Amino acid sequence: MTTPFHCARAFMGILRREGLRMLRQRGRLVSALIRPLVWLAIFAAGFRAVLGLSPTPPYRSYILYETYIAPGLAGMMLLFHGMQSSLSMVYDREMGSMRLLLTSPLPRWFVLLARLLASVVVVLPVVYVFLFLARLWDVRPPALGYVAALPALILAGTMLGALGLLISSLIRQLENFAGVMNFVIFPLFFASTALYPLWKLDDANAWLGWIAATNPFSHAVELIRFALYCQVNWPSLAVVSGALIVFQGLATWGYNPGRGFWKRRDF
Amino acid sequence: MQTLRCGLFLILVLVARAGRADTIYVSNEQDNTVSVVDGASLAVTKTIPVGRRPRGLEISRDGHSLLVAVGDDDRIDVVDLTSGSVAGSLPSGADPEVFATHPDGRRLFVANENDNLVSVVDIGSRRVTAEVPVGVEPEGIAVSTDGKTVLCTSETTSMVHIIDAETLELTDNLLVDTRPRWAAVSPDGRQIWVSSEIRGTVTVFDRSSGLETGKIEFSVPGVEQELVQAVGFVLTRDGSRAYVALGPSNRVAEVDVRTLTVRKLFLVGQRVWHVALSPDESRLYTANGNSSDMTVIDLRNEEVLKSVGVGRGPWGVVVAP
Repeated sequence: MTTPFHCARAFMGILRREGLRMLRQRGRLVSALIRPLVWLAIFAAGFRAVLGLSPTPPYRSYILYETYIAPGLAGMMLLFHGMQSSLSMVYDREMGSMRLLLTSPLPRWFVLLARLLASVVVVLPVVYVFLFLARLWDVRPPALGYVAALPALILAGTMLGALGLLISSLIRQLENFAGVMNFVIFPLFFASTALYPLWKLDDANAWLGWIAATNPFSHAVELIRFALYCQVNWPSLAVVSGALIVFQGLATWGYNPGRGFWKRRDF
Repeated sequence: MQTLRCGLFLILVLVARAGRADTIYVSNEQDNTVSVVDGASLAVTKTIPVGRRPRGLEISRDGHSLLVAVGDDDRIDVVDLTSGSVAGSLPSGADPEVFATHPDGRRLFVANENDNLVSVVDIGSRRVTAEVPVGVEPEGIAVSTDGKTVLCTSETTSMVHIIDAETLELTDNLLVDTRPRWAAVSPDGRQIWVSSEIRGTVTVFDRSSGLETGKIEFSVPGVEQELVQAVGFVLTRDGSRAYVALGPSNRVAEVDVRTLTVRKLFLVGQRVWHVALSPDESRLYTANGNSSDMTVIDLRNEEVLKSVGVGRGPWGVVVAP
């Protein structure tokens, strides 16, 4: 019989494990912070000469490129972390710790969701450190925006983690991570509104615009962008929530040894 | 919770802004209109049709009218601010671009761009009473607060002409950097400020000796220097700060007058022509020629608040309390 107490205890255990893992992997922690800063300091600098981007919501006036890509880079941090964290499930599964978790009396969906949420919670401080450091580049959303962004970051991070979980249920070995980088992370990131506004992508190529408009990562970024400026992007909220339910549902099914993708495999 | 917080924030912002009574007027050079923007809601509340090619504009001394130089119709339209429509006009000489009202409220000094003249208009009798020949393509016009001196820049001659407001004689011609656009006498009456579009500088002269006492250079990181062009500018009443429109670099510079250095750059719309301070000097409004909008800057918090779409080719901007 599982009770809320059991669930809470299990969640705290998973959270502690994720937190310890994050702290002990210093290289990963540092690179999670350095990666977006490199984009902001070097990549964005090249486009700074652009004489201001036209005002599109949620911005009320002209902005520099750094201001535009900062929410996209926060999204990138969640994307990389979500993929890395969820794909570490492959390792967990190979080494047996995931099997241990999945054989607990708790519902499988809860174990997987708890793992996802714990993974998002441990990366949030790093994302906030990045957002505060971005102020050095004059990326200054209103103070309340940092608070409003919290639920958006959690929802977006969980959705991206669920996508990673789904992919990890399809992968046999950890070595396939490079493939995931090339075929999942890069297309999701580059064909999104993280780096360029949708109208610009649409202008360059209608297909690219369509892909970016349907890319769930675009909606994760827009949800964060609007929240940082104290606004709600309702269509993005709907897409991110819907994608979370679909990805999480499929991942739960995929992790069921009796029915999911594992059934077809030799272990 | 997020919605509640954002809602509370919005209410606070709205309450804070409800006190503002500024009305901003922007001349739209290519639309032959003047846009009226409400300072509280930051939205266009009215578009007033005026004559062809409106550029320079001023609120009349009594605050009841808006005067607009309509270059292609060779006159100055008088807009009644109560009815929000053109109620009459004043003569101006050919192709008026910029004008300034004398502190006595009886005379206008008008730059006639194509005729190389400054026309003096008697407002009461609605007549051009005198013409002062100046350099080629006169543009910037200013009258000192003591009413003794009229300044006129001539773009092609690269000079600022100093005219005695009583005798209407040229008392001095100061050579300045290429294509001077705008001129002003400092609030304390001691300095003459002139902007140069091509060189992208503002030169400061001692008014009594006519000698150059300083020069402000501008640069915008990542923007080609030739795009950094100084055009319209305004000084605060206490003379401590100046705000300079930097044309196609899409920036407005805040200048510390004591040190003649740039304190901050604000990103605004494309090809910013002219700027105006709100009566309480807490805001700066800009007219952005190529992006058909005007930008509102909160000077206390040093942040750009909003860009508001107006007509095509915004050129001049003035604020009524």
